Amino acid sequence: MSIMTEQIKSAPVEKKETKPAVEMTQDRPVFSPVTDIYENKESILVVCDMPDVDEKGVDVTLEDEVLTLVGHQGAQDTKEHQLLHRGYDTGIFRRSFTLSADVDREKIKARIAGGVLHLTIPKTAKTQPRKIPVEAGS
Amino acid sequence: MLWPMYTTVSVDPFSEMKRLQGEMNRLFGTVGDESEPFPAVNVWSNADEVVVTAEVPGIDSKDLNIDVQGDQLTLAGERKVDAPSEEAVCHRCERGYGKFVRSMRLPFDVESGKVSARYQNGVLMVTLPRAEASKPRKIAVTSE
Repeated sequence: MSIMTEQIKSAPVEKKETKPAVEMTQDRPVFSPVTDIYENKESILVVCDMPDVDEKGVDVTLEDEVLTLVGHQGAQDTKEHQLLHRGYDTGIFRRSFTLSADVDREKIKARIAGGVLHLTIPKTAKTQPRKIPVEAGS
Repeated sequence: MLWPMYTTVSVDPFSEMKRLQGEMNRLFGTVGDESEPFPAVNVWSNADEVVVTAEVPGIDSKDLNIDVQGDQLTLAGERKVDAPSEEAVCHRCERGYGKFVRSMRLPFDVESGKVSARYQNGVLMVTLPRAEASKPRKIAVTSE
């Protein structure tokens, strides 16, 4: 059906389906969302692609040192239309990361816009670099 | 002996053909690859319209271009880099960015003036009503 494409640089073409060790109660495919993780002096930033997930369908949990991101995609309505071609499947995005213990759990911020989840995880004060002022001796 | 010298040197007459075959395989290596190009689309239809959905998260709706001509639909767009400030170190960079174009043929001609597109939560949904001229017409059969 497609004629010609120019691919997004290094973008995965297909969603990566996973078989999690702990299964979800809903019988829907589970995908591993593509994620960028950045770190700067103050915080860790997690950026995660979750198309078709809104703020109600996303679940971010931090238990001990494990950060888990879950996003439920909306169901595509199939009543009025007949499916002609399926290029992608919808289901649940789920991915876990181990964080270091030195994060400020109380101040984690999460925002989802345009199907992209942004998490800002501030580091605790003690792990942030501290500049030691040096005095000149007389 | 009038044979030129090179005929006596053992030359594989098929080497050139093998090289050519190798070139062809390299050129058309991706043909027959069944994987879906970016963006993956789902196509739905009924008697009056066709609906195309694509998962393209993190794109400004201004950066999406949709063209329709007859029964051809072209989805184009660009995802800009949204990396934080330069001092941030990337531990894991999986998300892609850049431009994409994908064209496809629809099952019938569409009314290009009535095409609507919606971008919500990173999913693009294009609704294309079927052109009147392409709708099937029932022909009454008269008997004498």
